[in-house]
Amino acid sequence: MLKEYFIRRALYLLPVLIFISFMSFSLIYIAPGDPAEIMMTSPSGGYDEAAVEAFRIAHGLDQPFYIQYLNWLKHAAVGDFGYSYMSEQSVFETVLDAFRNTLTLSVLALAIALVIAIPLGVVSALKRNTVVDDACRFGALLGVSMPNFLQAYLMIILFSVIIHWLPASGFGHGTDISYMILPAIVLGTGSAAIMMRMIRSSMLDVMGKEYIQTARGKGMSEKIVIIRHALKNALVPVITVIGLSIGFLLNGSVVVETIFGWSGIGNLVVNSILSHDYMMVQGSVLFVAIIFLLINFFVDIVYVWANPEIRYDRNS
Amino acid sequence: MSDVLLKVSGVSVTIPTGKGAVQAVDDAAFSINKHEVFSLIGESGSGKSILGQAIMRLLPPNAVFSGKVELGGTEISSLSEKEMQKVRGKTVASIAQNPYLAMNPGIRVGTQVAEPMRAHLGMSKKDSKARTCRALKYFDIIPAEVREREYPFQYSGGMLQRAMVAMGTAANPELIIADEPTKGVDVLKKRNIAAIFKKVSSDGCAFLLITHDVGFARAMADRIAVNYCGQIVEIAEKEAFFKEPLHPYSQALLDAVPERGMHPIPGLSPSMIEVPEGCRFHPRCPYKTDRCLTNPPVVELDGRSVRCWVYA
Repeated sequence: MLKEYFIRRALYLLPVLIFISFMSFSLIYIAPGDPAEIMMTSPSGGYDEAAVEAFRIAHGLDQPFYIQYLNWLKHAAVGDFGYSYMSEQSVFETVLDAFRNTLTLSVLALAIALVIAIPLGVVSALKRNTVVDDACRFGALLGVSMPNFLQAYLMIILFSVIIHWLPASGFGHGTDISYMILPAIVLGTGSAAIMMRMIRSSMLDVMGKEYIQTARGKGMSEKIVIIRHALKNALVPVITVIGLSIGFLLNGSVVVETIFGWSGIGNLVVNSILSHDYMMVQGSVLFVAIIFLLINFFVDIVYVWANPEIRYDRNS
Repeated sequence: MSDVLLKVSGVSVTIPTGKGAVQAVDDAAFSINKHEVFSLIGESGSGKSILGQAIMRLLPPNAVFSGKVELGGTEISSLSEKEMQKVRGKTVASIAQNPYLAMNPGIRVGTQVAEPMRAHLGMSKKDSKARTCRALKYFDIIPAEVREREYPFQYSGGMLQRAMVAMGTAANPELIIADEPTKGVDVLKKRNIAAIFKKVSSDGCAFLLITHDVGFARAMADRIAVNYCGQIVEIAEKEAFFKEPLHPYSQALLDAVPERGMHPIPGLSPSMIEVPEGCRFHPRCPYKTDRCLTNPPVVELDGRSVRCWVYA
């Protein structure tokens, strides 16, 4: 049954989660540098042995590896990812704040991606091998191959420096949409390029099917043929790509977030790594991984929902 | 008002290909009366299906059409695409060969059957649903209320074929163009298809039956047209045709069916790109003479027509 399938599918997530938690914990553990020594090192370069030892005991770093891991896991399971070595803030809250910012940006970026990719992909397929199609495909190629940072700087130069429409970077308390537009466009167009190519080829495939001709034979208008009979079927294989895009967007693009000074999750992870804030790294990596898994799970559900053949096959 | 429902005159279709232009239909002329089952028979690749598509105005975009098609007194070959959409599915509907390919896999069968009702009869969602259920029931798709909500892959082949007929007849068309309905179908299924078509036909719907299956045409048709290499070479009442086919190709075709000894037609079907000069059948014809190198006239003979020098 369908319900059982999803329950089973959800249970599969558990071992994956445990594996990821283990990896994110141990990667940091085997990374060079002793957090206690780094934390207790004074700006002048020396550190006090006693203070380092005290830090170790206070943060449980004197325990064997597996005890440390199990302790961490036990707390993480109830949402307690510990406290930052640097700011002493709750890791969970910090990560959640950063994620909220990334989420805002991602939603906007995804909307931009879909608004660009679906119509252009469809038009490109319908006007196959015409100037319109060539232009769309060239645009997509440009979108795929141009690095984010280059596009970001070009847009800053154009929209902020030359015509002064939008702020070059900054956060604007996370609610001022003018700060989001440029980073969202950079992120969105990157995803749009891949989606557009997928929609184009999928649409071409579907438009060649016999049932399209059947629909025309019933006297359906070309608009209905394209939207109801073709696009609906053509989008099914694209769901996977959209899902992956959402996953990547939500993991936060370090490059884009850094350039635009957006305090999202990508920025947080990189800054935590650079400052050896191990608790923060472990917490945010695990959090991001969980989000990625959930998105994948959700995409699975959508895929089944959009594909009656799978939906009913599981039923019978 | 005359009894003529469909009148095709001087219809030619040329399709450019990489190797040269294919004249898939050359100067086709025939008419179908109301309630009549008219069967166009011929080998695969002789341009029969293209003729059906030309009537529906659903030719590939690069095809070049000339000639005139009148349906119920309206010249549909000169209608705009918008006006033509009101004819397709309403006055003339088509039924495709393979129901698994011809039905949309992502839309419920009932919705697909209801589409012509909604588009052409202006029915509401509720009314069209009720009518769809009646239509499904009419074609033994039961329980209709359940089947209506199912998807094509949940149907058996025969059931989906019937659903396709229900879809074709949804808006009570006057003419149905059925393209190779028995291709790749076993004897039992063929019998079922014949039964469904007879049912629809007895309700008053005319048929243009495009088939390579001489036996099926014989079982179904009132009149027969024989297509060879893009040309209609003979049109006759069924009884007269099977009793005494006039065109040498018709004779050869009938001799090739199993019941008549399965004598193959000598030679090969000519390429549609480089068609033989004059009569297209002359390289394979036992009666050929020098005059066959020029185009044969279409001879009217006892209410039949035949494109052959023998009868000129």
